[in-house]
Amino acid sequence: MGKVDFLQGNEACAEGAIAAGCRFFAGYPITPSTEIAERMSARLPEVGGVYVQMEDEIASLAAVIGASWAGVKAMTATAGPGFSLMQEHMGYAVMAETPCVIVNVQRGGPSTGQPTKASQSDVMQARWGSHGDYEIVALSPSTVQEMYDLTIECFNWSERLRVPAVLLTDEVVGHMRERVVLRDDVETVERELPPEGEEIEKPFPMEPDDLVPPMPVFGRGHRVHVTGLTHDERGYPATDDPEVHRKLVMRLCNKVRKRAREIHEEVGYDFEERESDVALVAYGGCARTVIEAAEELGVTVFRPKVVHPFDPDMIRDLLDGYEVLVVEMNLGQYVEMVERALDRECVHLLGYPGGYPPTPERVIREVKKLSG
Amino acid sequence: MTVVDWKELVRWDRMPHILCPGCGNGTILNALVRVLAEKFEEGELDPDKTVLVSGIGCSSRLPGYVKLDSLHTTHGRPLAFATGIKLANPDLEVIVITGDGDAAAIGGNHLIHAARRNLDVTVICANNYIYGMTGGQVSPTTPRGAKSTTTPYGNPEPPFDLCELVMGAGAPHVERWTTAHPAQLKAAIARALEREGFSFIDVLCQCPTNYGRRNDMRDPREMVEWLRENTSTREEEGKIRIGILRDEEREPFHKRMYDMIEEVRTGEEGD
Ligand SMILES: Cc1ncc(C[n+]2csc(CCOP(=O)(O)OP(=O)(O)O)c2C)c(N)n1
Ligand code: SF4
Repeated sequence: MGKVDFLQGNEACAEGAIAAGCRFFAGYPITPSTEIAERMSARLPEVGGVYVQMEDEIASLAAVIGASWAGVKAMTATAGPGFSLMQEHMGYAVMAETPCVIVNVQRGGPSTGQPTKASQSDVMQARWGSHGDYEIVALSPSTVQEMYDLTIECFNWSERLRVPAVLLTDEVVGHMRERVVLRDDVETVERELPPEGEEIEKPFPMEPDDLVPPMPVFGRGHRVHVTGLTHDERGYPATDDPEVHRKLVMRLCNKVRKRAREIHEEVGYDFEERESDVALVAYGGCARTVIEAAEELGVTVFRPKVVHPFDPDMIRDLLDGYEVLVVEMNLGQYVEMVERALDRECVHLLGYPGGYPPTPERVIREVKKLSG
Repeated sequence: MTVVDWKELVRWDRMPHILCPGCGNGTILNALVRVLAEKFEEGELDPDKTVLVSGIGCSSRLPGYVKLDSLHTTHGRPLAFATGIKLANPDLEVIVITGDGDAAAIGGNHLIHAARRNLDVTVICANNYIYGMTGGQVSPTTPRGAKSTTTPYGNPEPPFDLCELVMGAGAPHVERWTTAHPAQLKAAIARALEREGFSFIDVLCQCPTNYGRRNDMRDPREMVEWLRENTSTREEEGKIRIGILRDEEREPFHKRMYDMIEEVRTGEEGD
């Protein structure tokens, strides 16, 4: 099993990162994510890792990407405004296929908004915040245990797919304290490396196995050029050729899209099927009260842990035929993806702009309105 | 000893390069690959452990022509990326190639903090007084009164002295040269690679296309001549000071970091 502890969500996240093999953290303090940085600054040196507080969030993600290219698993943690600053480098990590983990403990916005209050309003920013077409992995924990487990999953999927993975959590889960098992049988995934000491002529092949090429790491004799510009198979800028661009962007998207179902199944989700016309959908901190309401009402509830990539087929398989009520701490983000998967008429939203999650009573009232 | 020919360090399959005829970046690239070839041959540096990092701009394209591991990053941020590389693997020799806009405008914050931390990198800043890649807009080093596409009436702002800036932030090794001093530039790059800690070389260089053309120096030779005539290794009225401006020793960031880690792990103070 492992060690049982009573931790805050943010602390559990830091422990998960270390268990996953993270040995580099660069960040800039922001509420409500700061405890992650604080714990990492104490814990990393104990395991031989580096903690550095950078001058801002832009620098933080840059340093994380640099550390990843130097061969080390790396993470940063932030909240809304910091996540906004990181967007250019999210795109860079996608384009340069750099594994890295970004924790976003969401808070109320827009702007500096509500630093100490919960929100889920960065769901779309995680997916579309950077310019260009891309796919990333974003996981949303509902419990302190999941802060630990899903941080590990973020590292694993990030290494497997060579994409940035976002732990898209929120203040509710980040700041609550719960019992957590720090497992001693954690399975970690290491990026596939090419043989050492070999120059690599085509580090970015058009059609590698799994669409993910092995990752050349600096200092191992590969002599690769890595750029955020559209590049050919050699990694050389090829910005004028629309065909090269199309093939590259399609591969970057497909390596995630094609495994959407697999990611959902591996990471897991809750689907409590009950005899009902209505099905509730919620994720993250908000799902806790929604699950309570669903139990009380005896209605079906679906709680994804994977927010991105979205799998419309899976949603159809699970939720077709229901009146679906999506509950989230924003004025409608995840619900838009659900609407695209199901009959629009059957999808409803109970949205809060953040601050706190709706109470079970509020959810119950809304469901009654729907079924009555 | 294997002879390392500088020609082996060039990615010939990428030629022709994108630089304009007469661009000062050519001189800088030339000096860099020749110094690297010498260092590799002398065994002072290992080509497999040498990494080039750059931002965005004409000058930031240089690493792409050198056959080493290289990271062409985002505009202004190469020093932030380099911080991660160097701290994650201190065995790597990290060289940052940047421009005046890249380093001092959008990247100004990273520049002063990398200098303050004494990050062990060699920074070569191709300072052409202008934004070359985006077509000649004003930069933080454009002289007062100079013309650019965004200062059509002459630049109303005072420029940064990049060497003063990084020295103020604590950089221990700072030099300024120009493309009119290729031999001295080579020696400066060699010195910077030998020094531990943050080494900054401000290289005044010509951009005939976007700076020269608008400031009565259309011919690259004229610009190089101007650089020779208006700079001096001594304090001289009306001339830009070049040479070794500071050469001190200060413990580099990664050493302090790894000593601390060692101390935490063993409970003993490192040396
Ligand atoms: C975030 C961002 N802003 C603006 C740009 C556009 N841009 C590209 S290069 C450049 C200026 C380059 O100037 P400098 O660093 O002096 O390099 P040079 O081209 O003169 O060598 C700018 C503004 C960009 N690529 N990214
Ligand atoms: S625009 Fe200026 S800096 Fe850029 S390549 Fe041409 S001459 Fe060089």
